[in-house]
Amino acid sequence: MNFELNNEQSMAREMFAAFAEKEVKPLAHDIDEEERFPAETVEKMKKYGFFGIPYPKELGGQGCDVLTYIMCVEELSKVCGTTGVIVSAHTSLCADPIYKYGTKEQKEKYLVPLASGKKIGAFGLTEPGAGTDASGQQTKAVLDGDHYVLNGSKIFITNGGVADIYVVFAMTDKSKGVKGISAFIVEKEFPGFSIGKKEKKMGIRGSATTELVFENCIVPKENLLGQEGKGFSVAMTTLDGGRIGIAAQALGIAEGALDETIKYVKERKQFGRSIAAFQNTQFRIADMKTKIDAAQLLVYRAAMLKQAGAKFSTEAAMAKLFAAETAMAVTTECVQLFGGYGYTREYPVERMMRDAKITEIYEGTSEVQRMVISNALLK
Amino acid sequence: MNIVVSIKQVPDTNEVKLDQATGTLIREGVPSIINPDDKAGLEAALRLKDQVGAHVTVLTMGPPQAAIALREALAMGADEAILVTDRAFGGADTWATSSTLASAIAKLDYDLIITGRQAIDGDTAQVGPQIAEHLGLPNVSYAEELWVEGDTLKVKRQYEDRYHIIRVKTPCLITALAEMNEPRYMTPGGIFDAFQKEITEWHRADLDVDDSNIGLKGSPTRVKKSFTKAVKGQGTVVTMEPEESANWLTDRLREKFIL
Repeated sequence: MNFELNNEQSMAREMFAAFAEKEVKPLAHDIDEEERFPAETVEKMKKYGFFGIPYPKELGGQGCDVLTYIMCVEELSKVCGTTGVIVSAHTSLCADPIYKYGTKEQKEKYLVPLASGKKIGAFGLTEPGAGTDASGQQTKAVLDGDHYVLNGSKIFITNGGVADIYVVFAMTDKSKGVKGISAFIVEKEFPGFSIGKKEKKMGIRGSATTELVFENCIVPKENLLGQEGKGFSVAMTTLDGGRIGIAAQALGIAEGALDETIKYVKERKQFGRSIAAFQNTQFRIADMKTKIDAAQLLVYRAAMLKQAGAKFSTEAAMAKLFAAETAMAVTTECVQLFGGYGYTREYPVERMMRDAKITEIYEGTSEVQRMVISNALLK
Repeated sequence: MNIVVSIKQVPDTNEVKLDQATGTLIREGVPSIINPDDKAGLEAALRLKDQVGAHVTVLTMGPPQAAIALREALAMGADEAILVTDRAFGGADTWATSSTLASAIAKLDYDLIITGRQAIDGDTAQVGPQIAEHLGLPNVSYAEELWVEGDTLKVKRQYEDRYHIIRVKTPCLITALAEMNEPRYMTPGGIFDAFQKEITEWHRADLDVDDSNIGLKGSPTRVKKSFTKAVKGQGTVVTMEPEESANWLTDRLREKFIL
């Protein structure tokens, strides 16, 4: 077993960290405050290839590996959870299913622009009545000659409106239940497709989270992703990968909060000495760092299993469950160590605490992760 | 156009710690970076490559670990990397360094040589101009902007109180200021490719340079003594009205019998 990054991975990590510090951190407070999508950062990340890290060069990607992509999300999330999820949703939820299930033509047409950063991607599965129970899809797709006609709506879609390409799920045969779900690649400009309400959120407030509306939306037949009726499996496999991305986001948020807190407790003086001199602070810092490292090992293991082409569904669920709960626990502790200042927007830890919460909810709640893990053990 | 960029790997700190006994830098535990002026020079070369097309060769003299700085340059977009490394080159002052680098550059085809103005671990600003001298090339130092015009370059040179716009024929040598540009980041794919590329190593035997001009023995300057600047006490910042603060200040100075 090897716990060392190779030369390429460690240089890439340093580059991501430098980019995050210089380009992402200065905007993190304002985009949260203004609920503004960081378009200028996204342009820079497109230019530097952040949107196609794990894909082959011939498909427009960077030719790196899953772990390098995961470390990118981690480093960005250390300073800004919003920026981390923009990359994660694009890569894991849109580019990945096209890479795995797309035809040669679909890869040429959609993966190449996604991986090279010319286009941004999103994923539409959740509906008002189909969250954790994704099988309750109401959006319908009816084949009509050379195209499908989609009707229905999706909610809580990350990168909604800012994305150019959407992987969308709809019922092609309601009578078959989950076996009647199919996946489609939908372009933003397709007739009948529009962006609905934008959510006002607790955290990751710079990230665009919107409704997708399909009113007799015309999707060419060749945009069916995978086979008809196999959409549920496309969705579940995609979410397995997506969970590693969200786990990395959660991990980064926890690491970022701890970094801020270590700086603060050394400076903050109470009772005539820095609060870092109190054993209460020391033990809390030690516990947080230990949890973070455990989370990191789980996240990296899941990434390496995915890279190796091995089964990683359970490991991804464990990584997301533990990293998300660590992020929530660590950021809460960090706010506590900052005291009153931690509760204000003058310091970033309250933002990090708000950002952390979503990692326990999206791409499968912590409860869903426990279901996935226990199902694998008890079957 | 063939561009050679000479870079140096330096410790990433402006507070360089010295070994009091030997008067040399303590490099252990300090992360290494490409010297900022040199990195701006590399960026200038890469921009010329983007604009008019160029083959960019990056060159460094240093221990084997300096190869990582070359990998970084390759990951930014340099085409080729050469590491000049040999124990015989160790302990070189600016004269021996420039003699060694000039003999390496002499083996290459070049239209333009770019070096940084100076390195943050030495601040001499001598190596670039000395290389130009060894190779008999025109040299424009303190470059803040650079344009290609046919077979000439136009260089905006920073002076203490003004700028000079200088037109210079190639081949020539330019020393770049960190203010010249904002160097690009490496790309993830560029990094992965950089570790697949070959780095050419040149040793003592590969270079046509006299023994009397290399390494410690070929260095006419010697560090007699190095010492760390005494740390001053922490200052006090007061926020008051001008008159009040002037009074406060004169009171403190009287207390110390300075006034």
